Amino acid sequence: MFAYYLDLAIRSLRRNPALTALMVVAIGFGVAASMITYSVFRAVSGNPIPDKSAQLFTPQIDSWGPQQNLQGEPPQALNYVDAMALMHAQVAKRQTLLYPVQLSLMPGGSRSLPLKAEGYAVYGDFFPMFEVPFQYGSGWSAAQDENRAPVIVLSEEFNRKLFGDASSIGREINLDGHDYRIVGVTRHWDPVPRFYSLFGSSGFEEPADFYLPFTRALDLQIDTAGNNSCRQAIAMHGWNDWLRSDCVWITPWVELDDATDVARYRNFLQGYSADQQRAGRFGWPPNVRLRDVTQWMAYMHVVPPESRVSLMVSLGFFLICLVNTVGLLLAKFMRKSGEIGVRRALGASRREIYVQFLIEAGTVGLAGGLLGLLLTAVGVSGVGLLFRPEIARLAHVDLSLVALTLAVAVAATVIAAFYPSWRAAHVQPAWHLRSN
Amino acid sequence: MQIQPILAALRHHKAGTVLIALQIALTLAIVCNALFIIHQRLSHLSEPTGIDEANVFVIGSQWAGRQTEPQIDAQIQADLVALRQLPAVRDAAPANSYPLRGGGWDNFVMMKPDQVQKTTDAAVYLSDTHLLDTLGLKLIAGRNFRPDEIEPMGMRDSKAPPVAIVTKALADKLYPDGSALGKSFYTMSTTPTTIIGIVERLQRQEVDSWSRDFAYQAMLWPRRLDMSFGTYYIVRAKPGELATAMREAPKALLAQSRMRVIDPKDGVLSFAEIRHRAYDSDRGTAILMGIICAVLLVITGAGIIGLTSFWVGQRRKQIGIRRALGATRHDILRYFQTENLLIAGAGVVLGAVFAVGLNLWMMRQLAMDRMPLLYVLAGVVVLLLLGQGAVFAPARRASRVSPVEATRSV
Repeated sequence: MFAYYLDLAIRSLRRNPALTALMVVAIGFGVAASMITYSVFRAVSGNPIPDKSAQLFTPQIDSWGPQQNLQGEPPQALNYVDAMALMHAQVAKRQTLLYPVQLSLMPGGSRSLPLKAEGYAVYGDFFPMFEVPFQYGSGWSAAQDENRAPVIVLSEEFNRKLFGDASSIGREINLDGHDYRIVGVTRHWDPVPRFYSLFGSSGFEEPADFYLPFTRALDLQIDTAGNNSCRQAIAMHGWNDWLRSDCVWITPWVELDDATDVARYRNFLQGYSADQQRAGRFGWPPNVRLRDVTQWMAYMHVVPPESRVSLMVSLGFFLICLVNTVGLLLAKFMRKSGEIGVRRALGASRREIYVQFLIEAGTVGLAGGLLGLLLTAVGVSGVGLLFRPEIARLAHVDLSLVALTLAVAVAATVIAAFYPSWRAAHVQPAWHLRSN
Repeated sequence: MQIQPILAALRHHKAGTVLIALQIALTLAIVCNALFIIHQRLSHLSEPTGIDEANVFVIGSQWAGRQTEPQIDAQIQADLVALRQLPAVRDAAPANSYPLRGGGWDNFVMMKPDQVQKTTDAAVYLSDTHLLDTLGLKLIAGRNFRPDEIEPMGMRDSKAPPVAIVTKALADKLYPDGSALGKSFYTMSTTPTTIIGIVERLQRQEVDSWSRDFAYQAMLWPRRLDMSFGTYYIVRAKPGELATAMREAPKALLAQSRMRVIDPKDGVLSFAEIRHRAYDSDRGTAILMGIICAVLLVITGAGIIGLTSFWVGQRRKQIGIRRALGATRHDILRYFQTENLLIAGAGVVLGAVFAVGLNLWMMRQLAMDRMPLLYVLAGVVVLLLLGQGAVFAPARRASRVSPVEATRSV
């Protein structure tokens, strides 16, 4: 029966090629526009660490006070004093501080010129906390943090650039005149958006080249390559003044397993701030936040507004294409009232008429989906024209997008066909037979 | 032309009528919001920076190896001498940042030393006496820095300089009566800074929405910033020699010292490229909205043609009867045109409501601006014209129906 209906559908569609083409093109464009913008949206709005996003938190402490803070919200990073206090308190199961650094790999071997390298200064807990996968070796220990050890972890890509794919564990590299011993090489690891370092960054940069101990970076007075935001009018002169200032530049992360731990940590933050107030360092009551990964990304507005607007407008566009399809299908089906009357009179049930027309609509949807797939592929390859390069690089066509495109096209068209088919199924056979 | 019979006929095509009207309404809502977005994005695209964009380029030089601040300062001065000596170069200046870079130093500005809340924000550019000529800025009051006012400054020094040059936008914000020259302000410092010069226009480093309230508010400090990781050199080529200068300048720097990284990808950027990068998401959004608008109008137009053709086909007999009873071809044409006008009219009224609603929603959800009603009006005109244009072909076909059709049974 299905084959017969399909045959009928194709015959019917071929009778009005212009109308059929219009429906297919409308569905195709509508689904393609939606899928292209969705492919970008899903990349920028996805959960970068799904299995742990509810256990990772970034504490915020209001060190600026109600006059200077962000309309009641604490600053988006910590100053050095508060960061170190949190780190030393060790209240969470795991914790790290981090800031982005930019260094130069000194010339050596076949390279006559230095090479730019970007990475992060982190604590050893960073690697297990964020589930960084390793190709060779591992991260470093708490003792090495304590000893300000000159060790380093390279990314797979950076290791390949320097050493081919071989293990470089135990070798030394020289960054800006200082030697570091390589203790680990990560596997490709690029959580998008880069939730852990959003202060002064969009979250969509190129993957990091290396990770080195926070304590070592401070000893060497390596400046942050990220944001540094200050409030008070103090005369600051040099590195140590800066560390004592109210300038915020350090992002803290803690791992907390359950609600009890979270409550405990929140109490700790509250208590720490209250202590600072008592000590006269803060002239205001505690104002702290403890946001998990998803909350943090939402608060930091990681999803670019243009990506959201584009998706919304594209979905609106698709909706119009569907309304268009409903109208055209209605016209098409009603034109066959006579034919339906005859079929009904010969014993076809309403259900059969229904199924026949839905199959016809499904065929249109499938054709539209195939066209949409083609247009999506073209669109995604040209997505660099529409979005910033760092975001465009994230859009890609994969199996799930292909399946989604086809499924959405067929499902939407079939849903759009419900009303026209219902009208068709309710054609009064007698009336049409008579008028013929 | 009588409206009554048309309305009566439409009552028999309720679903089709509603669908066309709905499609027109939704199209109007999307098209005028999209046009508004396009216009907004494009208007930013053409905002001037106030600098000689055709001849300016920027080199980012990252230092390799740790150097002390005095060493870095000496290197910067030597680099500048080398750059300024190049035959294709008109002038060069050191800088912590440059307009449209996408981010950089921004300071609060206060009028009194003990003021807690800021008066406003300003971008901070640190450079020497050559910056005005290098960027091609127009000094409209006061003077340029003197060489003796230029001092080196460390990365973590926060002392504001005693003198500064400000943009007219900042001067007007601080002293709306136009008396800024010679007056002073406080910028995150307990010591005052005196305005010694005012430049007509200089754009900030970033053009994001957060800084829109502070657009064109910038100040120039007579300081060479010795950043530990690197510096920027802004270079102005002689007219017509941009390409040569862009080729020669990095070579001259590498000849000075090889212990630096000039990124092969974006180490040397012409200002055209900088502008392109700064506005790429604006441009991209405008292109996408443009494509969607165009395709949408085509599809809606085609949809109207399709449905009207169907109606014409359905009513051939009635048209024949009317023709036989004396209606002219013109009457039939007018009939379908009026019918479309009625449907489209209902559609655009509904669409205007949708359009404003969508805009309000986007204002809340996506921090968009309020859309002027002019866009809705323009959209209404466009859609009514589209409807009339689309209906013309099927209506003409209807008008050619012969009166003989009245006698045929289907």
